[in-house]
Amino acid sequence: MSILKSRETILALAILALLAAVASRFPGFVAPANLARVFTDTSPLILLALGQMAVILTKCIDLSVAANLALCGMVAALMNGAGVPLPLILLAVIALGAMLGAVNGLLVWKLGIPSIVVTLGTMTIYRGTIFLMTGGAWINAHQMSEGFKAFPRAVILGLPVMAWIGIAGIAAMALLLTRTPLGRAFYAVGGNPHAAVYAGISVGRTQFAAFVLSGALAGLVGYLWVARYAVAYVDIAGGFELDVVAACVIGGIAIAGGSGTVAGAVMGALFLGIIKNALPVVGISPFWQMAISGSAILLAIAFNTLSQRDGGRIILKKAEAAE
Amino acid sequence: MQADLQPQDGAAPVLSLRGIVKTFPGVRALGGVRLDLYPGQVTALIGENGAGKSTIVKVLTGIYQPDEGEILVDGQPIRFPTAQAAGDAGVTAIHQETVLFDDMTVAENIFIGHAPRGRWGLIDRRAMREKARAILQGIGADLNPATRLRDLGIASKHLVAIARALSIDARVVIMDEPTAALSHKEIAELYELVDTLKRQGKAILFISHKFDEIFRIADRWTVFRDGQFVGEGRMADVTEGQLVQMMVGRSVDQIYPKRPARIGDPVLTVAGYCHPTEFEDITFTLRRGEILGFYGLIGAGRSEVMQALFGITRPSKGACRIDNRVLAIRSTAQAVDAGIVYVPEDRGRQGAVKGLPIFQNVTLPSLSRTSRNGFLRLAEEFALAREYTRRLDLRAASLDQDVGLLSGGNQQKVVIAKWLATKPRVIILDEPTKGIDIGSKAAVHDFMSELAAEGLAVIMVSSEIPEVLGMSDRVIVMREGRIAAEFEGEAMTPENLVRAAAGIGQPRGQAA
Amino acid sequence: MSAVLHTQRQIPDRLTRPAARALKSWEALLAVVAVAIFLLNAWASPYFLDPWNLSDASFNFTEKAMIAFAMAMLIIAGEIDLSVGAIIALASTVMGLAMTAGAPTPVLVLLGLGTGLLCGAFNGLLVARFGLPSIVVTIGTMSLFRGISYIVLGDGAFTGYPDSFAWFGQGYVFWVITVELVIFTLAALVFGVLLHRTSFGRTVYAIGNNATAARFSGIRVDRVRFILFLLTGLMSGIAAICLTSRLGSTRPSIASGFELEVVTIVVLGGVSILGGSGSIVGVVLAAFVMGLVTFGLGLLNVPGIVMSIVVGALLIAVIAVPRLWTMARAKSGKR
Repeated sequence: MSILKSRETILALAILALLAAVASRFPGFVAPANLARVFTDTSPLILLALGQMAVILTKCIDLSVAANLALCGMVAALMNGAGVPLPLILLAVIALGAMLGAVNGLLVWKLGIPSIVVTLGTMTIYRGTIFLMTGGAWINAHQMSEGFKAFPRAVILGLPVMAWIGIAGIAAMALLLTRTPLGRAFYAVGGNPHAAVYAGISVGRTQFAAFVLSGALAGLVGYLWVARYAVAYVDIAGGFELDVVAACVIGGIAIAGGSGTVAGAVMGALFLGIIKNALPVVGISPFWQMAISGSAILLAIAFNTLSQRDGGRIILKKAEAAE
Repeated sequence: MQADLQPQDGAAPVLSLRGIVKTFPGVRALGGVRLDLYPGQVTALIGENGAGKSTIVKVLTGIYQPDEGEILVDGQPIRFPTAQAAGDAGVTAIHQETVLFDDMTVAENIFIGHAPRGRWGLIDRRAMREKARAILQGIGADLNPATRLRDLGIASKHLVAIARALSIDARVVIMDEPTAALSHKEIAELYELVDTLKRQGKAILFISHKFDEIFRIADRWTVFRDGQFVGEGRMADVTEGQLVQMMVGRSVDQIYPKRPARIGDPVLTVAGYCHPTEFEDITFTLRRGEILGFYGLIGAGRSEVMQALFGITRPSKGACRIDNRVLAIRSTAQAVDAGIVYVPEDRGRQGAVKGLPIFQNVTLPSLSRTSRNGFLRLAEEFALAREYTRRLDLRAASLDQDVGLLSGGNQQKVVIAKWLATKPRVIILDEPTKGIDIGSKAAVHDFMSELAAEGLAVIMVSSEIPEVLGMSDRVIVMREGRIAAEFEGEAMTPENLVRAAAGIGQPRGQAA
Repeated sequence: MSAVLHTQRQIPDRLTRPAARALKSWEALLAVVAVAIFLLNAWASPYFLDPWNLSDASFNFTEKAMIAFAMAMLIIAGEIDLSVGAIIALASTVMGLAMTAGAPTPVLVLLGLGTGLLCGAFNGLLVARFGLPSIVVTIGTMSLFRGISYIVLGDGAFTGYPDSFAWFGQGYVFWVITVELVIFTLAALVFGVLLHRTSFGRTVYAIGNNATAARFSGIRVDRVRFILFLLTGLMSGIAAICLTSRLGSTRPSIASGFELEVVTIVVLGGVSILGGSGSIVGVVLAAFVMGLVTFGLGLLNVPGIVMSIVVGALLIAVIAVPRLWTMARAKSGKR
């Protein structure tokens, strides 16, 4: 009974309904190969949503992920141009992303500045930094080495590396959140910061860790993005932070913190990914996408808030959960 | 009294506090107190609200850092910079307020911060569930470790808090009013648990307001008053009267200046109020000039009923009349218009608006009277604030001072002044003297009495038996969301109240 | 014995005069900064002190500041509206549709205001009536409102607004005083009075300091929140009229990123992002500072994206510096 009521189940049903609706007219859309393609295409969003989820769990928000991604992507492209080998580039962008996340985290932790203000600010600073580094120049496909571009698309066991990274991210995050003290601390800090202090958990340090995690994932996705689209410039992934937040909200991650699951975040991202990929198939202008994702955010937040509405304290014995 | 008494058997204290000072803006919560806890013994910490008991618990558990003084474990000075550090040193606490996580399961709540680890250092969830089940069984709590805490009642949550404290292998166990929300059967089991812990050689700090309880399980006592150490000794060498004398610092009968009032016609009639999870079948009548006490254990549903009357929540069934006019109260604004006002228990969150100056707090519900066509008139506001703060004998530097800088007692006076300025018919006071100093407490009691004498109808929710008995004309006792009994005149005895609240004997109204 | 018999002391109304307090305020600091930047600009560029240049420069902030006044009240009440830029886009699109259908200027203006009000009402309904968190709601409506503009316009644009419509964004009342500058001044006065001199404004502060306690004081918290969203929508509608009129065209990307700059002006103006404190005077001064900085950097040929770095850094620094200052003082005081 409780499974039927869970947000994840309802979201899964919504995704199946969406797929069925598209498939009723375009059966090819649900062919395994195409679904794999959709998943691969959505992997960056999934990875970012997982990082964002950690941040939101701790009662914060990271609006700088897309800018972080763009900056790290540009650095990856520049390093590639300088002949740095790929493994080193990967390490470097993850470290840089984590560092940019750490800047957000430190401002939140040490100075107690609300995360929305911090990340609105660093969002423009990180993107502006790309311009300062390049003077606004683009790095195009012909300026990138083949190995650099090919890695995300290399097929292993029938799936591209990009999809495998997505799957690995999901698995690692699921393990982190459910089976490690840090993961439980994310929930504790967002669920009841006051009680977290009593349990010996530092609220600020945990928020800092969430920002570093979100930043590191943004750095990794920065490389994937630039390699996949084979172009880097100031405005790549502009406004993508909203898609990331949208994926979390649709996935039932409570914006007030402390509640949400990896499955929810992944499905929230897939929901948006499927819509994005289905629109051209069913012949609807891509200009509809923004309004659709906006409506999905509103529906999801309304549904989540109203279904979770506090029914008051439980005092009557008959209202208490039975053993 | 006997301040330097040697412990029996010459045992050395496990944990000692010396000269602990803790100040907050405007308040000196602890002014150099000492405390010793001995292995295998229960030390009762006794003091009025505001004596510094909760603060000392927070110092002992690493939540607060003392400004001065030292903590000694086995005679060695130590510092608890975090709650983790206190836990590592073997100090664990069952806190008065249940500081737990609603969205986590019972097992996770018990083990957060020290979960059993399995392969690769990952949390071993099966072991966690099994251990949780064992601890819960040990305290006789019939709870499923996989239940989400959100779905539990307050007594069950308290049992989880106790289980959490026991999950840490501690040498010192602090129990801050552990029985306040528990029923009779659960209390008996808790006493057994305390005995077991004693046999294991643990030092126990037991904080309670109930003297019968203290005399039943404590071996030693320590009294604090207004943040100062007053005395310590063996329970065997002291009487209840001596403890009360030390605790209050004056004789007890002076505190409740209840004046006889002429009780008039019914003002408020509540019939069959119900709420899906909080209360059921609440029916009572309140008269002019009457002080009606509401007694019960913490979490019996008293505040919830009052908040429904004040328009914070809506009852699912039932009717409410004021002077025979039927009211459908949907918002606090409507309640205020109807003449019902509420002084909440949670002063910090629901009472005073900290950040706003005193005069703006006082005029907040009366802005339509102090403004003209929606435009503020400061002179009128100050006049109104002056009038009512003077009636309550408020102590403040100026009326323009931030309410947040006042002491608890003076904040409470501002909240009461705010409501009196609206000229209400019914005033509901929810734990009106909780956590305020003795001087302010007397002022609030005195004022309540005066209001009733002026013909206001007063409801007072209180968990302190002396206060309830000292101030009320009539007492309603609530238990588990229902009215358990009603007492008047001779029947208003401590025994009757306690029995009705804990569900011993045959409470009235059970059939409904 | 009883409290009534205590010698009663008269509590004074105030200890420090309001004027004395104002001198030590954030607003006073902002005023000094504004003057300093003004002088710096005048020294750095010979073109700065030209009245017509200054008049042109005012467009840097007038439209955003109009919204910032309403946003300031909203943020003081503990809420936020990130959809203001999107409301402009939608209002502008509605006006564009009506314009292509041949509607005259007064109808366009009414439609602009009406769309703003409707969008504000929609946000307000979701936040106040259904209790949804305003940050998520307005991130959602930000996509929804602008998304509708994209559906209508795709990558096209509406152009060819009537000449009379141009008055709002390009007209002058007299000499160098633009219509927008007049609207800005009027809005500052109206919001200043509303926030600081009315009982409505008082309840806004009460809600921002502690919404629960405000509700427990008999204040209709949800009604106040709804009205604040309505006002923010209305001011976005007015800004949409001015901006559309000034640009003479509507694209779906119009006013993108406005929400960031509006919030920055509000925070720079000393309004606490956590709610409960702030003033309209501060917001006016912050608008001047932002306008002067942007104009000054523009005169020095600094590209727009670098200016946005400055804006972002300013946003963080404005909150960080006072906190660092208090932390440093607390540390030195303890020793």
